[in-house]
Amino acid sequence: MRRLFLTSIAAVTALLHAEVDFNRDVQPLLSENCYQCHGPDAKARKAKLRLDVKDGPESPFRTEDEVTAIKPGDSKGSDLVARIFTSDEDDVMPPLKSKRTLTQAQKETLKRWIEEGAKWGQHWAFVAPKRPAVPGIADCGLRIADLRKRDAKRADDLQAQLLALAKWPKNAIDSFVLARQLGEGLTPSPEAAPEKLCRRLYLDLTGLPPTPAEVDEFLRACGNGDAAKQDAAVTALVDKLLASPRYGERMVWEWLEAARYADTNGYQGDPVRAMWYWRDWAIKALNDNMRFDQFTIEQIAGDLLPEPTQEQLVATGFHRNHMINGEGGRIPEESRVEYVQDRVETTATVWLGLTFTCCRCHDHKYDPFKQSEYYSLSAYFNSLDETGGNDSNGLANPILNLVAPEQHKKIEALKVEEDKAAAGSDALEKKLREAQPEWEAALLKNTAKLGEPEWQVIKVDDTISENGATLTKQADGSILLSGKNPDSDELVVTAITQMSKVSAIRIEVLPDDSLPDKGSGRAQDGGWILSEIQMLGDSKPINLAPVRADFEQSGSTLQNALDGRNETGWSVGPQFGKPHEAVFELQTDFGYRADKLVSFRLQFLSKEKQRVFGKFRISMTDSPAALLRPIPPEVYAVLAVPVDKRDDKQRKKLTDYYLASEPRLILAKKLTAAAKSERKAADSGAARTMMMRDRATPRDTFILVKGAYDKFGDRVTHGTPAVLPALPPEAPKNRLSLARWLVSPENPLTARVTVNRYWQMFFGRGLVKTVEDFGVQGDKPTNPELLDWLAREFIESGWDVKHIHRLIVTSATYRQQSKVPPGMSERDPENQLLARGPRFRLPSWMLRDQALAVSGLFVEKMGGAPVKVYQPKGVWEDATFGQIKYSQDHGEALYRRSLYIFWRRIIGPTLFFDVSSRQNCVVKTGRTNTPLHALVTLNDVTYVEAARALAERMLKFNTTDDAARLAYGFRLCTARMPNNTEAQTLAAALTRFREQYRADKDAGAMLIATGESKPDAALAVPELAAHTSLALLLLNLDETLTKE
Amino acid sequence: MTPQQARAAHLTRRQFFSKSAVGIGGAALASLLEQDMQAATSGLPTGIRGLEGLPHFAPKAKRVIYLLQNGAPPHLDTFDWKPEMEKFRGQEIPASVLGGKRFSTMTQGQKQKLVLPAITTFKQYGKSGAWVSDYLPHMAGIADDLCFVKSMHTEAVNHAPAISFFLSGSEQPGRPSMGAWATYGLGTESQNLPGFVVMTSRDKESSCGQIFYDFYWGSGFLPSKYQGVRFRGSGDPVLYLSNPDGMSREVRRGLLDDLAKLNEEHSAEYADPEIATRIAQYEMAYKMQASVPELTDFSKEKPETLEMYGPDVMRQGSFAYNCLMARRLAERGVRFIQCFHAGWDHHSNLSTQFKIQCRDTDQPSAALVRDLKQRGLLDDTLVIWGGEFGRTPFLQGDIKDVKRWGRDHHPYGFTIWMAGGGIKPGITHGATDDFGFNVVRDPVHVHDFQATVMHLLGVDHERLTFRFQGRQFRLTDIHGKIVKGVLA
Repeated sequence: MRRLFLTSIAAVTALLHAEVDFNRDVQPLLSENCYQCHGPDAKARKAKLRLDVKDGPESPFRTEDEVTAIKPGDSKGSDLVARIFTSDEDDVMPPLKSKRTLTQAQKETLKRWIEEGAKWGQHWAFVAPKRPAVPGIADCGLRIADLRKRDAKRADDLQAQLLALAKWPKNAIDSFVLARQLGEGLTPSPEAAPEKLCRRLYLDLTGLPPTPAEVDEFLRACGNGDAAKQDAAVTALVDKLLASPRYGERMVWEWLEAARYADTNGYQGDPVRAMWYWRDWAIKALNDNMRFDQFTIEQIAGDLLPEPTQEQLVATGFHRNHMINGEGGRIPEESRVEYVQDRVETTATVWLGLTFTCCRCHDHKYDPFKQSEYYSLSAYFNSLDETGGNDSNGLANPILNLVAPEQHKKIEALKVEEDKAAAGSDALEKKLREAQPEWEAALLKNTAKLGEPEWQVIKVDDTISENGATLTKQADGSILLSGKNPDSDELVVTAITQMSKVSAIRIEVLPDDSLPDKGSGRAQDGGWILSEIQMLGDSKPINLAPVRADFEQSGSTLQNALDGRNETGWSVGPQFGKPHEAVFELQTDFGYRADKLVSFRLQFLSKEKQRVFGKFRISMTDSPAALLRPIPPEVYAVLAVPVDKRDDKQRKKLTDYYLASEPRLILAKKLTAAAKSERKAADSGAARTMMMRDRATPRDTFILVKGAYDKFGDRVTHGTPAVLPALPPEAPKNRLSLARWLVSPENPLTARVTVNRYWQMFFGRGLVKTVEDFGVQGDKPTNPELLDWLAREFIESGWDVKHIHRLIVTSATYRQQSKVPPGMSERDPENQLLARGPRFRLPSWMLRDQALAVSGLFVEKMGGAPVKVYQPKGVWEDATFGQIKYSQDHGEALYRRSLYIFWRRIIGPTLFFDVSSRQNCVVKTGRTNTPLHALVTLNDVTYVEAARALAERMLKFNTTDDAARLAYGFRLCTARMPNNTEAQTLAAALTRFREQYRADKDAGAMLIATGESKPDAALAVPELAAHTSLALLLLNLDETLTKE
Repeated sequence: MTPQQARAAHLTRRQFFSKSAVGIGGAALASLLEQDMQAATSGLPTGIRGLEGLPHFAPKAKRVIYLLQNGAPPHLDTFDWKPEMEKFRGQEIPASVLGGKRFSTMTQGQKQKLVLPAITTFKQYGKSGAWVSDYLPHMAGIADDLCFVKSMHTEAVNHAPAISFFLSGSEQPGRPSMGAWATYGLGTESQNLPGFVVMTSRDKESSCGQIFYDFYWGSGFLPSKYQGVRFRGSGDPVLYLSNPDGMSREVRRGLLDDLAKLNEEHSAEYADPEIATRIAQYEMAYKMQASVPELTDFSKEKPETLEMYGPDVMRQGSFAYNCLMARRLAERGVRFIQCFHAGWDHHSNLSTQFKIQCRDTDQPSAALVRDLKQRGLLDDTLVIWGGEFGRTPFLQGDIKDVKRWGRDHHPYGFTIWMAGGGIKPGITHGATDDFGFNVVRDPVHVHDFQATVMHLLGVDHERLTFRFQGRQFRLTDIHGKIVKGVLA
């Protein structure tokens, strides 16, 4: 440890100096207030003055027309100073209309900077990090000396403790943190209690809490306050957790959010895609501790590696995770360009910590990036073999086939079935063709067997009466009207069908004893007039043609229900007491989804009162249209012609009709179609996922004017931003070069940005708070040396992710207790100075995993297709007009980790909060508290069921002793034993719950029936219900919800 | 306050005053108590606070009800009457008007663009003499309360990007919605209800096929507590609102009291102000469980009120139901109420569906304005009615196939109306040409509309910004001029 304390005065002096620092003090002021007009954006630039660069024709140091903006050492001679201090409303900078103002202190800073010589610097993040020397005891002494200028008493105090404090660091991280703290007059907090530290480590590294046995094991290993033993125990535990398969599952979550991973495309229709192969690849890569440079290269350009493996192709799914818009009327090229832009911006955010979106339309306002550089970057992603359309089942080309052997076998078997069915049908057809003369003969004798259309009664989803009648679904699928009997009405019926092709609909109007005169309508005589019928399929109007009605009242034919006039309609008077039916043929095809929405509007708007259906039923068929009608006269006409006299047309007509109406052939064809669709379903369910692959001929890339896909500016070629290190001159113009450039050791950003995200994960806040923006407008690092040290360590360790994680979680900084020292919640609410351990609410997905784990419901199974867990009824249906139904999974699927939950992009899982919507790249999610979050963890089935399972665990842990049970439950949730007051509060709560559930056994039975796992029948209901309530309380303790 | 609410309020205060509360961070405790005391003394809930210094000036409207007609109603068949078009019926639309403009792929390739005049007849109404379609008799009846903006234009030609543009100022998802900006800046007056509530409805046959994406009411880069809370059309209006079966409100009360006690004790040791926030959060959840059912209980509405909203009013999830809910939410201090109604995307069913859509939305929309007016709420409530764009003056489809007539999306000129807080009633602002194609007078861009809505709320749209990715973002991007002509 001593070794780390080698003195390095130089590293610290710069920081102690009171001189105005360009990077820290000046540039933020200039960029925020001046760069809009005097920054990198050439088009917006005013007065030929730049304040973002030192040199060049628009340099602020040049003198033109006897005016100099910045004259080093001479604030009076600097126009900049004059302009910011002036009270002249026309001259003052920033101008009034910009609505930006500098405070007095800010003006003074700029003035002082000029007086001190106006030393220019380059933005810190664009200069490659050098490994700073680790501060030693002498540096700490210097920090204290600096503090002495402000607070001599505190400095003396710290000086006295210095030798003891110097023993605090466990690795380099701590040395940097300590030096910073001492300069602020702070000291580290004590180490967290072992059980708290144990829980923190488990949650941080695996996303799951430790079991009491695991806590015990750690406590034993820690010994009794022996520091060396405790260090060894922490190291051993960290090694164990880093090796756990749970580690990759935990670490992948933020990567999924960054990669905008989801299980559907988003937008209209929101079709399902299979990108979870990529998700599983990422978990495995994290568990295997794949080097981060390799992790990067494989995801951005795995396909361009020499002889890429299947895994490397799957890895390229990273940049296929964006949304895909298949909205009707959408221009594919417009979408394609959007995907390219998405890839550029995601790459910039994730690896470079830069915000590029604004460069779609113009040069960056703050950072030195030109619009042309944005499009040069986009050239790397512009030549994918894609169209912007949606090619197959939610997948867009390029698609990777990765059929697993057993799936392959299944598909092959289904293919055999399909071929067999088709062969059978063909053979039958051949045989039938030979038998045609017999059929003709039978037909003439009226003994031919004709097929019947197969009607399926629709599964009614919803019914509406416009004028308030009550519609009730009957067991036989019919709808009966009752209640209010308006003079006229319109009935809307919606249903979902899985039929692949609907050829006709049938309306049956049925008499019922409840209706007037036992008729089928609601008029006094039991009658009705259907004035109009309209049908929609998949939201589009369907043209209907009348086929037949079994009866038509004179002047009220079926045709009248389609003539667009309300006065006329179909009716069956005076036969209202009998059932009647009408058949309409569909003249419009509709629908490509498996579940199609159909709706009917039946209008009863004739002048006659209450002539509305009383009871009716709607059916649909996919049988051939030939079966809908009686044998048409044309067929008989051909029959009448002697066989040898028939022309080709006549022969065809007869044969076509024969084959289309032959029941055996209809059945055979249906079976073939079924076999085919089964094979197709297996095929499309087969392992196919999206990947990267470039076209043979690359596309030309142009600057897009205002980012519009069809407004070309100048042509650009591949390239990276000029302010960052150049690509090797011989680098091929492809993604592989880009990927290698991102992780080249000279790149000043990638390593910093990545370790900063890790820091954010563990401490709740990055060393640079704006993890998504390392540009001029981003926050400055709170501990720049530490950030740079970590970045260099990351690169030099061979981009070893687990090494960095290990360094962080074994540091004394991380191991501090998270109690807030007096005054610190005001002084350092965000814990920038790290004078305490991290304490914040667990992410909502981890809350669910934790609840499953402590209840024992948790299922460890890794990877595979996503699962659909509990979700309130109607969430998807509500969002999609009933077109997409949620079919929840059962059994073990319900208890798998949150990361495996199916993510529908247009409406994500409802039980999570403060998560990325997975619509675009997100590297930082908020942490908020709203009452809606509390409702989830108090009321969602997931948590209530977990509470019941936890209650069972408590009851079985100790059958007699309440206190022991309560302590056990408390410990499962918090990893520690309750203190006396807590134990008393819990005991009192349990007593009250018991009384309440003993008094209301039914309520208890209902409570414990929540969820699909069955409660243990051997346990008394009130007892289990009382403990369930208690367990729900435990799951909602602030301490349970929080990593502390 | 209901007795339950009173008890809950009392309990919270008692808990905060109890000696175990000393550990709660001083500042946080003081602020929580202050809120709670204000609520108790003034009877006004305080909810989420707005930003320091906002509103920037005295607001004309305290809240917004935005009736967004998703799918886009045809301006030519509703409010923008163009009798001159009759002369050109069925003829190719003049190239000078068309001007090589871009349409959705549904008509981009259509060879002919034949003029289709309004499919309905129009009459003049009120003192203002506004022309309104015969299909909209109820809105016609309140014409003197409305301000028609007939010169709207937008940039997007597809639904989702166009709605996103209207609500967030960006065609791509990811920016905060107007309601999120409003609650972020101004906070909300309602403590027991969310500050930004969203309700959705659709036409009865789902003819529109538009999906309500949650990014329409997202908070973008603002903290997620500002995102709109969608009240659902069936079941619990707020997800997870109900206690689990078998857990009574009494059991829950006890559970929460003990939970608060344990949390307070822990707070004493850890001194993290987050714990005090957590306690308040759980208490508010409990209150919301009572206030939402009270909100959705229409049983105390007068029969004539219900009648005014039309026959659908009692059907949860219908547009009429949502309109009445909007009034009730407005009464309870909700800042931004967004009702989406889908059903207007008449590409091929103008002849059949348009009339039905008019009937479903006309009466409830008008009733809402009347109802607010009767209660004196219209003075400080801004009501907005309109789609994400208009529909083409030319026909989509075959002119001979009347049943399948339609109009395509039209971003170059369309109509919305506004009413209430700060809006000049009974006027028409701006105009389109004789074909209703291009704006010829006082154009109002979507950003101008947004700037105006913010202005009415007392917010300078240029000064309500949020720093994200190194840039100060605002609803109107870098554009937006207040439409002075519509201001009262």
